[in-house]
Amino acid sequence: MLKIRNLHVAVDGKEILRGITLDVNAGEVHAIMGPNGSGKSTLAYLLAGREGYAATEGEILYDGRDLLALEPEERAREGVFLGFQYPVEIPGVGSMNFLKSAVNAVRKHRGQPELDAMDFLKLARQTMKLLEIDEALLSRPLNVGFSGGEKKRNEVFQMAMLEPRLAILDETDSGLDVDALKVVAKGINALRGETRAIVLITHYQRLLNYVVPDQVHVLADGRFVKSGGKELALEIEDQGYAALGLRDNSAAA
Amino acid sequence: MVAIAESVTSLTEGEYKYGFVSNVESDIAACGLSEDTVRFISAKKDEPEWLLAWRLKALRAWTTMKEPSWARVDYSPIDYQDVYYYAAPKSGDRPKSLDEIDPELLRTYEKLGIPLKEQEVLAGVAVDAVFDSVSVATTFKDKLAELGVIFCSFSEAVREHPELVRRYLGSVVPYTDNFFATLNSAVFSDGSFVYVPKGLRCPMELSTYFRINAENTGQFERTLIIADEGSYVSYLEGCTAPMRDENQLHAAVVELITHDDAQIKYSTVQNWYPGDKNGKGGIYNFVTKRGICRGRNSKISWTQVETGSAITWKYPSCILKGDYSVGEFYSVAVTNNYQQADTGTKMIHIGKHTRSTIVSKGISAGHAQNTYRGLVRMTPSAEGARNHTQCDALLLGDRCGAHTVPYIEVKNNTARVEHEATTSKISDDQLFYCRQRGLSAEDSVNLIVNGFCKQVLQNLPMEFAVEAQKLVGISLEGSVG
Ligand SMILES: Nc1ncnc2c1ncn2[C@@H]1O[C@H](COP(=O)(O)OP(=O)(O)OP(=O)(O)O)[C@@H](O)[C@H]1O
Ligand SMILES: [Mg+2]
Repeated sequence: MLKIRNLHVAVDGKEILRGITLDVNAGEVHAIMGPNGSGKSTLAYLLAGREGYAATEGEILYDGRDLLALEPEERAREGVFLGFQYPVEIPGVGSMNFLKSAVNAVRKHRGQPELDAMDFLKLARQTMKLLEIDEALLSRPLNVGFSGGEKKRNEVFQMAMLEPRLAILDETDSGLDVDALKVVAKGINALRGETRAIVLITHYQRLLNYVVPDQVHVLADGRFVKSGGKELALEIEDQGYAALGLRDNSAAA
Repeated sequence: MVAIAESVTSLTEGEYKYGFVSNVESDIAACGLSEDTVRFISAKKDEPEWLLAWRLKALRAWTTMKEPSWARVDYSPIDYQDVYYYAAPKSGDRPKSLDEIDPELLRTYEKLGIPLKEQEVLAGVAVDAVFDSVSVATTFKDKLAELGVIFCSFSEAVREHPELVRRYLGSVVPYTDNFFATLNSAVFSDGSFVYVPKGLRCPMELSTYFRINAENTGQFERTLIIADEGSYVSYLEGCTAPMRDENQLHAAVVELITHDDAQIKYSTVQNWYPGDKNGKGGIYNFVTKRGICRGRNSKISWTQVETGSAITWKYPSCILKGDYSVGEFYSVAVTNNYQQADTGTKMIHIGKHTRSTIVSKGISAGHAQNTYRGLVRMTPSAEGARNHTQCDALLLGDRCGAHTVPYIEVKNNTARVEHEATTSKISDDQLFYCRQRGLSAEDSVNLIVNGFCKQVLQNLPMEFAVEAQKLVGISLEGSVG
C-alpha cells in the first residue's frame, strides 16, 4: 500500500530525513520509534503533505500512485489520515460540525451520498460510545481548551469516523492515562483490517501491548537504524536507545 | 433569505451574481443637484409643502458642508453634479396590486430570489422592494394592517400617515447631521416605513430589499421605524446592484425610535456590488443609521453583515436616553480585493443604568483595508451605565490591513467601559489541519472565518443566518491558494 524509497527530506534547507525506505502492506501495523528530534513527525507531515516539507530525493508510492503529487486534501480523501502530535485549536468551529464537513468531503470523493445531520449524528453517537467520548466535549469548538488527553481522544474519534485506509498516528498515546490508553487502543484495533494499514509513532511500548505491531522500526538521525518484531520495542523500553548504540539525536547534532 | 440562498449555491469563482442589469425604462430627474432637482422629486411624490420645505432647508445646509475626510477610506472626488438623483421604473403610478407590476420588475426580483407574489413569499417574512428610487411592492401589507402594524413605502407613509412622519422624521438624524445624511434629506426618494403599535409583538419579520439598477444613479433611501410602548419588531434589509465600471453612490439614512419597553432588532445583509478584482467600479456606501431608545427599558439591536460595496462608511448607533435602555451592535465586515470599510458604532449613554454591547468582527483579504471605528460616550447623567466592546480582526494574507480606532469618553465615574481587541491570522497549522481532514483550502478558510464571526451571525434571524454565512464565504473566494 505504501512504498517509501530512499526518501530525503529537507525543512527550511536543513536535511532531516536522510534516506528512508519502508514498505507498509494492507493489513499491517507498523510502529516507528526513535529519540526526540530524530524525524518521526517530519515523516508524518511529509506523508500528509504539509507545506514546507519537501522531498529532495526518493519517492513515495501510495497504491502505486505518486503520493507527493497530491494536495493534502486529496491525500486525505484518498484515505490518508494523520493523527496530530499537537492538534490545533480552531476557535468558533464546532467539533462535530467540523467533522461532519470532513466526513462528507471524503464521502463525496468516494461517490457516497453525503450524510445529513441526523444520519451523521447517529453514526457519531455509536462511535462516541465505542470510544467513551462525552458528547459535551464535541459540542465545544474544535480542540479549544481540550486537555491533552481529550485532544488525542478526539483525533482517534475523527479517525474512526473518517475510516482511513492509511492511518498515521503521531504520538497519539502520549499524555494519556491508563484508561484512555485502552480506549484509544480499542479505537485503533477497531480500524485494523485487511484493507487498512496503520503507522504508529510512539515513544512507549505500553501502547504496543494493546495494539500489537507487525513490525517496529527505529528512526535515528533521519534514518531507520533497526527494524524488528514487537520485541524490539520491549528491548528499547528496557535498555533505551543507547543500548542500540544510538545517542540522543539532540546530543548528536 | 431566499434571495441569498439561491444565488449563493449557483455562484462560482467569486463572481458577483447579482450583477445583471434589468431592462426597465426609467423616469429620471435631470442630472445634477439644485433646488429644481429637489422640487422635481418632491413634486413627483406629491409631497406636502412642509416636506418640500424640509428638503430645501437640507439642501441649503448641504451646500455649506464639507465632505468628511476623517475615515480611513480613499477615493477620488465625487462630482455631485454628475449624479442622477432620481430614477424610477416608468410604469405610471405605483401599481395597486402585485398583478399590475411590470413583469420585467417581477422577473428581476425573482432572479434575485425574492418572489414578490405573496403566495410564493417566504412564510413569515413581509418584503418591501425598493428599485432605484421607489418602492415597487410591499407584501403582506394588509395582513399586517389588521394588527395595526404600518409597513409601507416611505412615500406612502407621507401620504397616508403624515402626522407620524412629520413627528419622527429627522428626530434621530437631523437634516443638519452630516454631509451624507444632509444630502439624503434633500433628495431622498423612497424607503420603508414601519410603525408597530403599543404592546404588539410583530409576528412577521419585516424586510426591505434594495436594488440599484439605473446607471449613474445615486440611491438615497430613508427608513423610519417606530416601535411604540411595549412592542417588538425584527427588521431586515438586503441590498444588491448591477456590476458597472463607474462607482455609484448610495447615501441612505435610517432612523429608529423605541418607546418604553419596546424593542427593535435591525439586521442588514449588505451585498452591494464591491467592484472588480482590480478595484474598478462598485458602490460607495455612505450611510447614516441611528436609533434612539427614548423609552425606559427599551432596546435597539443592530446586526450587520457587510460584504459588498467598494467603500463602506457606516456607523449604526444608539442613543440610550431612557433609563435601563440597551443598545447592541453586532457586526461582521468582510473586505476583499480593493474594498475599503470604515465601520463601527456610537453608543451614547444618557439614561441611568443603560447598557451597551459591541461585537465587531473585521475580516480582510487581498489588498483590502478594514477599520473599526467606535465611540462609547458616558454622559454625566449615565449613572451606573455599562459598555462592553469586543473588536476582533482576522487577516487573510499580508497585503491587507486591519485597524481599530476606539474613542471612549467617560463623564460619569460610576459608569464602566470595557474594551477588548484582538488581531489574528489564519495560521498555516489551522489550514493544514482542516485540509488533512479532506476539506479544500477554500472550504477550510470558510470554516475558520465562519467560526470567527459566529458570535455575530447567530444574532441574525434564523432564516438568514445560514445564508449570510455562505455570503461571507463567497466574498472571500479567491483569497487563498
Ligand atoms: N522548520 C524547521 N527548521 C529547522 N529544523 C526543523 C524544522 N522543523 C523541524 N526541524 C527539526 O527537525 C528535527 C526532526 O523533528 P521532528 O519533529 O520530526 O522530530 P520527532 O522525531 O518527531 O521528535 P519528537 O519525538 O520530539 O516528537 C528536529 O531536530 C527539529 O528541530
Ligand atoms: Mg514528533
